Amino acid sequence: MSVTPPGPPVAAPSGVVADPLATPFFRRARWVVVALALAGAVLFPFIYTNPATTTIAVFTLIYVAASSAWNMFSGYTGYMALGNAVFYGSGAYFLANITTHFNMTGGVGVFAIVPLAGVFAALVAIPVGFIALRARRHTFVVITIAIFFIFQLLAYNLQSLTQGSAGMQTPIPPWTAATYNNYFYAAALIVAVLAIALSWRVRRSRYGLELLSIRDDEDRARGLGVKTGRVKLSAFVLTAFITGMCGAIYAYYLGSIYPPFAFEAIFDLTVALMAFLGGLGTISGPVIGALILEPVQQYLNLHITSGGVALILFGVLFLVVILLFPDGIVPSVAGLLRNFLRKRADPSSSGNAPPTTAASAQTPPVREVTP
Amino acid sequence: MGTELAKAVVDGVLTGGVYALMAAGLTLIFGVMEIINIAQGILVVLGAYLSYVLEVHFGIDPFLGLFLTIPLMFGLGMAIEWAFIRRLKSQNRTALSILVTFAVAIVIEGILTQFFSADLKTLNAWYIDQSLHIFGFYLPYIYLLGFGLAVVLLAALYVFLYRTRTGFSIRASVQNRTGAELVGIDINRVSGITFGIGVGVTAAGGMVFGATNSFNPNSGYDLISRLLVIVVLGGLGSVGGALIAAVVALVIEDVTAVVWSPVWASTMFFAVLIVVLLVRPNGLFGQQAVRAQ
Repeated sequence: MSVTPPGPPVAAPSGVVADPLATPFFRRARWVVVALALAGAVLFPFIYTNPATTTIAVFTLIYVAASSAWNMFSGYTGYMALGNAVFYGSGAYFLANITTHFNMTGGVGVFAIVPLAGVFAALVAIPVGFIALRARRHTFVVITIAIFFIFQLLAYNLQSLTQGSAGMQTPIPPWTAATYNNYFYAAALIVAVLAIALSWRVRRSRYGLELLSIRDDEDRARGLGVKTGRVKLSAFVLTAFITGMCGAIYAYYLGSIYPPFAFEAIFDLTVALMAFLGGLGTISGPVIGALILEPVQQYLNLHITSGGVALILFGVLFLVVILLFPDGIVPSVAGLLRNFLRKRADPSSSGNAPPTTAASAQTPPVREVTP
Repeated sequence: MGTELAKAVVDGVLTGGVYALMAAGLTLIFGVMEIINIAQGILVVLGAYLSYVLEVHFGIDPFLGLFLTIPLMFGLGMAIEWAFIRRLKSQNRTALSILVTFAVAIVIEGILTQFFSADLKTLNAWYIDQSLHIFGFYLPYIYLLGFGLAVVLLAALYVFLYRTRTGFSIRASVQNRTGAELVGIDINRVSGITFGIGVGVTAAGGMVFGATNSFNPNSGYDLISRLLVIVVLGGLGSVGGALIAAVVALVIEDVTAVVWSPVWASTMFFAVLIVVLLVRPNGLFGQQAVRAQ
């Protein structure tokens, strides 16, 4: 679990460890957990071979990647982008167009188009981001929604490119029913790992700090020399790249795409909810959020046939998640763990976080010192 | 072509007035509470269904039914604010409000689907099918009456905002929430009332919408997308801006349908927003972003 502590890990002068989660033990523990998770993910389709299970797994991985990508922009900068379905659909239609245009037959080769679809989506993101990022946060959200609807309408109306509401087909691969899902699982896993790795690299870099500074106080960041326009646009483009790849895999997996499926209004809200549930701005948050919510969504789709009840349940689930976990699971759990470890290390203290401002770091802490 | 164009403009103005009414509630909610009420679209549909139920099961005329539906929706709005919005206290208030109100919208849509199924419904009354024949145009009565209703309600809203103490409180909260609290305005009460007003006007908008369109629970998505475009175009928080933006956007859409093609009319509606935002990033009458206090 790559959890990042919210406050600066100031080592108080008296020797008390300010942040118990920043110790070398936990750093090594994180890598072990990551390695185990990766191994488990790779072995999953060989252990659970039931295609119904792997179908859910494929969708879950797609959403892990999309949610991490969304978090990379919206979580770090604080600009909620609710139009990422634009890139999802763009990637999907790009793949469909290329495979149709070149008469490609199904098979592993089609997966080579996926990164190209990501690049296409990234190119689309440049003008979109340029228009949208000129506004302040609240307007930005609505602009992204408006752009999403424009793209959906374009998908319906630009018949020459998208075949309108008739939709487009993607090649059917010649794999058997037993192994069909595994190829898509592998592709989705690669994209998901890429998204998480990218998210982690960005978080750890100066670039990531610049993004976070925009979230905290954009004007001050600009005053400090952060080139906010460039930073925001590049993060937006990165998000589009990953999301476009997700859309391409989705199109190939389904075999055909139509405007309302490729440009799906609920996609953005689902992705945002996953990031919120897990913890906005963390690296593992969107992953955990997607791992929890996507199977639930698939289960509801399969087992609740009455349309109204499914909607009610889903909406109530949304509300429960948002109202009970306003900060997300990962920060809440990290906070609890931190307090628990602090209390264990220093039983006489109140267990609360030490003051992190510069002024109070100079005055000696009021708690007992551990030798 | 000329008469068609003129008719398109008139249609645009008339429907724009109704959209303005619904958008005014949305922009007021944002101005006071800094939250975006995604549920506004489905609440309009709920208003339409309420008028439908009153008309079909109780035989009450839709306009008269407003005396029942408006207070009902006002109460619903206050309840939603109290139950869900008030609890959002964290930093990401606007962002969370989008998710929360969307969740509420989904729940309402689910309830409507359960009770009414996905069949298209529409309201019926003598004035819905007949038109006024004037200057060579045929103006459906319902559009004229709907526009009149919108004008009356917007005027009432204006009087409320500019001539009553509660209205002052609301406007003060729009200008500076913290400052309003400092001078003793009960921000919770003001928020509740504002949300109630925002939802109450959807009862009226819903009735006219239901009378002029066939609707089912799925109609909420198209509505909220249009309402969002209108409020951003006019500038978030500006009621007058929403009014002008609604009329302008709808006129452009109707004119596009006549001049170019009906297929591209909806796309043009959204494209107007993009064009305006390139020139004025905060909308026609929006305020510049103020540094968070």
